[in-house]
Amino acid sequence: MIADTIIMVCLGIGLLFNALGVLGILRFPDVYTRLHAETKTTTFGTIFISLAVIVYGATRIMQGETAMYLSLSVHTFIALVALAFTNATGAHAIARAAHRSGQVPKPAVVDRLQEVRE
Amino acid sequence: MIAFLVTAGFAFLIYLVLTAGSGTIGLWSQVELIAGGVISLIVAAISRNYFCRMGDYRMANPLRWVILGFYAVIPFFIEMAHANIDVAYRVITGRIRPGIVKLSPGLKTDFGVLLLANSITLTPGTLTVGIDEETNDLYVHMINIGMGAEKKELFEPKDVFSLFQFPEWIRRIAE
Repeated sequence: MIADTIIMVCLGIGLLFNALGVLGILRFPDVYTRLHAETKTTTFGTIFISLAVIVYGATRIMQGETAMYLSLSVHTFIALVALAFTNATGAHAIARAAHRSGQVPKPAVVDRLQEVRE
Repeated sequence: MIAFLVTAGFAFLIYLVLTAGSGTIGLWSQVELIAGGVISLIVAAISRNYFCRMGDYRMANPLRWVILGFYAVIPFFIEMAHANIDVAYRVITGRIRPGIVKLSPGLKTDFGVLLLANSITLTPGTLTVGIDEETNDLYVHMINIGMGAEKKELFEPKDVFSLFQFPEWIRRIAE
C-alpha cells in the first residue's frame, strides 16, 4: 500500500520534470540553454521513473518472487548509472561541437571561451 | 600483471551484478560463475592496456568507491534536485542571464576532472563546454549568472555550486 504510493509519487515527479524539459526546449532561446532543459531535467525525470521501477521490483521480491524481479531491479539500476554517465558526456559533446563550429551563446552576458579562442 | 588482475576483477564483478538471481550458490548458478570467470579473463587479456592506461591504481581501493557511492546519493543528488527546481522555475518564468565562465577547480588527476565535469553537466543550470587541458580549468556555461559576477576573470567553485562543494568531495575520491 505504502509502496504503491511511493511508486505513484515517483512516476508523478518523473513525468512532471520530463514535461518541463519539453517545455524548456520550446521556450529557451539558443542551443546551450536548450541543452540545459532537454538533457538535465529529463535525466532527473528519468531517474525518478527508474526509481519507481526499482521500488516495484523490490516490493515483488518481498512478496516472495525473486529471480525475475531481482534482475529487473538490478538491470534498471545499471541503466540508471549508464544514463547518468552517457547523458553528461553527450551533453558536453554537443555543447563543445556547437561552440567549435562557431555557434556563440546568444543572449550571453559573458563568453570566456570565445575570448580564449580568439 | 596488476593491470590484468584489476581488469579481470572489475569485469567479473560487473558480470556478477548482471547475472544476480540466476541460481543457488549465493545468488548465482555454477554455470554463470564459471562462464563469468572465463569471460572476464578473456576481456582482461584484450582490454587491460585501455582500462589501466595511466598506470595509476588509486581507484582499485574499494574505500574510494564507497565514498563515490555516498557522494552520488547524498551531496550530488541533493544539489541536483535543488538545481532542477531552480531550472524548472526558469523554464516557467523565462528569467535567464546565460554566459560562459572560467572555473578553476584545482584538480590534478584525469579521473577527478572527468568526475567534476560530468557532475557539473548533470547539474541543471551548469554545463561544461570546454576544458583547458594544461591547467585543468573548465569553461562552464551557466544559465543564470549573478548580477555583476560576469566581470570576474576566474570563478571559484563556491560561485557555481550553492549547497555542496563538489571539488572537495572529488578530491577525497580521486586524489
